[in-house]
Amino acid sequence: MAQQKTGLVSLEEGGFAIFLVLLAFACLIVAGKTFDQVMAFHASVGALFAALGVFYIFKNYFDDGGQAIPQELDGKPNYNIGPIKFGAIAAMFWGIAGFTVGLVIALQLAWPALNFDLPWTNFGRLRPLHTSAVIFAFGGNVLLATSMYVVQRTCRARMPGKILPWFVILGYNAFIVIAGTGYLLGATQGKEYAEPEWYADLWLTIVWVFYLLLFLGTLWKRKEPYIYVANWFYLAFIVTIAVLHITNNLTIPVSIYSTQSVIVWAGVQDAMVQWWYGHNAVGFFLPAGFLAIMYYFIPKRAARPVSSYRLSIVHFWALIFIYIWAGPHHLHYTALPQWASTLGATFSIILWMPSWGGMINGLMTLSGAWDKLRTDPVLRMMVVSVAFYGMSTFEGPLMSLRAVNSLSHYTDWTIGHVHSGALGWVGYISFGAIYCLVPWLWNKKGLYSLKLVNWHFWLSTLGIVLYITAMWVSGIMQGLMWRAYDSLGFLEYSFVETVEAMHPFYIIRALGGALFVVGALIMAYNLWMTVRHGEAEEADALPAGSLAAAE
Amino acid sequence: MSAWKKHEIFEKNSIILVIGILVAISVGGLVEIAPLFYLKSTIEKTEGMRPYTPLELAGREIYIREGCYTCHSQMIRPMRDELERYGHFSLAAESMYDHPFQWGAKRTGPDLARVGGKYSDDWHVEHLIDPRSLVPASIMPGYPFLAETELFTRDIQGHVSANMVVGVPYTDAQLEFAIADAIGQASPDTDGAYDFEERWPNSAVRDFDGNPRKVTEMDALVAYLQVLGTMVDFSIYDNKANLR
Repeated sequence: MAQQKTGLVSLEEGGFAIFLVLLAFACLIVAGKTFDQVMAFHASVGALFAALGVFYIFKNYFDDGGQAIPQELDGKPNYNIGPIKFGAIAAMFWGIAGFTVGLVIALQLAWPALNFDLPWTNFGRLRPLHTSAVIFAFGGNVLLATSMYVVQRTCRARMPGKILPWFVILGYNAFIVIAGTGYLLGATQGKEYAEPEWYADLWLTIVWVFYLLLFLGTLWKRKEPYIYVANWFYLAFIVTIAVLHITNNLTIPVSIYSTQSVIVWAGVQDAMVQWWYGHNAVGFFLPAGFLAIMYYFIPKRAARPVSSYRLSIVHFWALIFIYIWAGPHHLHYTALPQWASTLGATFSIILWMPSWGGMINGLMTLSGAWDKLRTDPVLRMMVVSVAFYGMSTFEGPLMSLRAVNSLSHYTDWTIGHVHSGALGWVGYISFGAIYCLVPWLWNKKGLYSLKLVNWHFWLSTLGIVLYITAMWVSGIMQGLMWRAYDSLGFLEYSFVETVEAMHPFYIIRALGGALFVVGALIMAYNLWMTVRHGEAEEADALPAGSLAAAE
Repeated sequence: MSAWKKHEIFEKNSIILVIGILVAISVGGLVEIAPLFYLKSTIEKTEGMRPYTPLELAGREIYIREGCYTCHSQMIRPMRDELERYGHFSLAAESMYDHPFQWGAKRTGPDLARVGGKYSDDWHVEHLIDPRSLVPASIMPGYPFLAETELFTRDIQGHVSANMVVGVPYTDAQLEFAIADAIGQASPDTDGAYDFEERWPNSAVRDFDGNPRKVTEMDALVAYLQVLGTMVDFSIYDNKANLR
């Protein structure tokens, strides 16, 4: 490959380099002047990351001589898969970390001595670490990686930019490192699922704007006349998360040298904004984004077209319009005016329909290919995930009813509901997508072992079943115990008696979580061997066609 | 047929698709959130609500830092068992100076909306250091480090001033002497305490952690817990006038 210097640093490289240099200096100044130790640590990390970024931009420039990357190779689009590989590995890493922290806090609830009475290991700091690690670190990397893959393939075009895709995926993971270490060290703004402090939020906003540009930029380069349905969902997810994130996190920092900040909203309005955010962080980060995964990977793996194109149009618009209303059902019987929570509940019931529209469309894609469920455990995992989606989107509207909510609110039932969606739907569709992606990305014929996928599937399914049934029982039991009266008209149980009663269920839940973690470890091993060695035994177990490279 | 044909405009034009998404997701949020800022009935009329003192505010930051909200709600619902267990149901007015709100969503431990005054300072200190020494079946983590860590006061003034920016009615004097008042409230019988009482007439001055040598994070957290749910004067509160 004869190379020659063809030009100066491109505008993109120069722009990112200048931005990162300025950022590094700003971080250094903050690190030097602050009295807040967490801020000093985070500013130093920020400066280090920015400096590394600049170094790699120039290293890359001198290595390739500033040559433009060909958009096509041999008449085929020259897809950019480097950042996708990184995202897939990061998703697996954060996934196992997040599941493990979840297991730890489950054990802490059963045996409180495991909190060790230290600041960095107590439940209150680890719980946000768990939720953020699984939702934003694991889920976020899956969404980033799959969206980059899907949008390139369905547009038949390479992602724009040389630095941009790397900036998005590395910048997002830098956000995770800052946010996660922040929780452990005590930097949190105390809003559920939006705990990162103001500087992390600001950084995420920048990364997210570039992510939107990257995604739109790929759409603009598309060779296909139509934007594929999966991309609508990705786009809705990106746009809506931006709106939610910015509105919910409007803060006044105490000073630029402090990790702390004061949220603009107060009390009842803050509650409304928070659950408008909270429910739709769940709604757009999890369903919308992961429906996009469903709309690409299930048809691809099953080698069948999407069941109904019209259904996908109707359920897309209905879902995104209705989902946004559902937030206040988290605030039944609180100081939020009843009109608001009732409105939220009403739309939550209506939401059942578009949710099941998605489920039906996903499941019916398999019509004519149901036999593959017997032979292809990856496809089985994705189909079961859609079934879990159907189940938890039925349970959700049920729990949003005022009468049901009066019992379920504040109890473990909510935790069980979330996990049937998170482990069953989001977890499984992500695992399925990663199982598909890894052989495609590393140019392997298939996975190292389908037997191990089978083990993963059954172990984690057993884990999920143990988890959600334990939470149903403990949640409903505690709710009933709180409101139980004895024959003389006194409250029958003190609070701590209801805590004691939950102990066995906390142990069962932890067992379920442990099985899920073991499943994920098996998956990681399987993927590692796939990358190292490619397909091993039972190659013929897979039906031909399902392994064809996505195109 | 024609409607499906018309939908192609979204499928062929990414910017129109983005605009369509923005319109679709804006409606619900606007309808549900915006009225809460202008409907007068949203926040009840009460007597007694005041902003948190600098020490209580610092305690609230510790409450947030340790993630207490992950297990404790601060929102009593109007149901018979909750009223008997915890007291009068929570009013929107009671959290109107809470940036952010701490209503919580889970009761792994009991509701704390009216925990103020329910137990002694000593009980709280002992319970926070070793919960199972007082409640054997408790599954709460211990927080012994709070009693040893001196309160970080440097940012308190910035905290008060940021709260003023978002509309919490602190006076200029309360802002100016925020750090001195944080110390003063936890140091009874000192000049600082007398000055504090002048600026904060309706607030308790006590050595909350029982350790006169220094003002600790425990002082701040207990001061915050002891004021929770105690501000509104329910003897003159008119439930009917505030029905929504």
